[in-house]
Amino acid sequence: MLAKRIIPCLDVTAGRVVKGTNFVDLRDAGDPVEIARRYDAQGADEVTFLDITASSDQRDIILHIVEACAEQVFIPLTVGGGVRAIADVRRLLNAGADKVSMNTAAVQNPDLVAESSAKVGNQCIVVAIDAKQSAPGRWEVFTHGGRNCTGMCAIEWARKVQQLGAGEILLTSMDRDGTKAGFDLALTRAVADAVDIPVIASGGVGNLDHLADGVSEGHADAVLAASIFHFGEYTVRQAKERMRERGIEVRL
Amino acid sequence: MAAGAIAVVDYGMGNLRSVAKALEHVANGKPVVVTADPAVVAAAERVVVPGQGAMPDCMRELNERGLRQAVIDAAASKPFLGICIGQQMLFEHSEEGNVSGLGILRGQVKRFPADKMHLPDGQKLKVPHMGWNEVKQAGPHPLWNGIADGARFYFVHSYYVAPEDVACVAGTTEYGIPFTSACARDNIFAVQCHPEKSAQAGLQLLSNFIDWKP
Repeated sequence: MLAKRIIPCLDVTAGRVVKGTNFVDLRDAGDPVEIARRYDAQGADEVTFLDITASSDQRDIILHIVEACAEQVFIPLTVGGGVRAIADVRRLLNAGADKVSMNTAAVQNPDLVAESSAKVGNQCIVVAIDAKQSAPGRWEVFTHGGRNCTGMCAIEWARKVQQLGAGEILLTSMDRDGTKAGFDLALTRAVADAVDIPVIASGGVGNLDHLADGVSEGHADAVLAASIFHFGEYTVRQAKERMRERGIEVRL
Repeated sequence: MAAGAIAVVDYGMGNLRSVAKALEHVANGKPVVVTADPAVVAAAERVVVPGQGAMPDCMRELNERGLRQAVIDAAASKPFLGICIGQQMLFEHSEEGNVSGLGILRGQVKRFPADKMHLPDGQKLKVPHMGWNEVKQAGPHPLWNGIADGARFYFVHSYYVAPEDVACVAGTTEYGIPFTSACARDNIFAVQCHPEKSAQAGLQLLSNFIDWKP
């Protein structure tokens, strides 16, 4: 049976992991490749790099990181952040990324999703949706790192990106992100049930049961977390053991 | 070209870098070359054909780049590993774009049937089939050496192969339906999963391929 996936996420700027980690024996807590290797060794099912580099002249640095990662880490790698054109998608895939995630650009130019999916295959194209609750049972899509409200319904947008050719959705609850209060399970479930492509739940994980809840209550196909793994609170393996105890199929 | 080279056939489709790097990782210094040159494919000791994206695009690119015959010759003569679309194209025909394959193995490439994409409890199964799933080995094969029966590999695909000849089924996987996830015949081994992205089990399979003497 297909396993539910656990995906650690690293925020990278100008080639360095932003927050660092508390792994005890890392040579360099800011090196994304070293951290990705660590997660691979712990049994992570994939790794995601979110490139939050602000200045455009430093943006190509991520390509070197991806190249180095592809030489040493033999699990799937998703890279997002700053993807605006099909040329960006191609550069990242050629460097060794397996999937490319797009967010603002997909909203501004839905054709980018369709065009890149047609060119490189929908399995490579992830659309990231940042959603915030606006009323009971309604969530709206935000862009530009959560600064701009589009007014679009997140569930409708999820259906739309599937139709355009996205192969997967990375769904982040802005209400929960950084709170450690757990995923927005109602949002996750509403989106996961609305589409036929896999949905990754993100935003709000504070403990291992939150990860399991994302799958069992939220119907997510994969769960993404950053801080609970970075700061050594839990290992990926512990997370999988808890999910297995909760009756969820995992790769252990 | 150096003796013992492993050629990764580059016909412009997909992430060849990952495949080449994973092979290099286990090649014990044997040269791994990513090549679009039929002569290099012909001279290689063993050949890997990866593939991503859509089967019609893969077939078109293979033909337009003049690599079709080189792949057919390699599959007839030396250790040959097909990965993902590189497995699907060995068959006669694909439902994806209603396109012909190379016809080296008899059978069809089919899409996961929408009416079977759920678990017994009703839970919906998503397509593409994306993630780590178990490969049940049909029997011993040198490429399964050191890999547990039922080990998990990373998959991402919406179509699967349905061989006519059950003797070429080397592994099966369950996703709504049981499907053939690995094929073997003589010097050919082919998998639907991505060994280059399947952590230890995948590296072991690639290492076994490099040592394989069919």
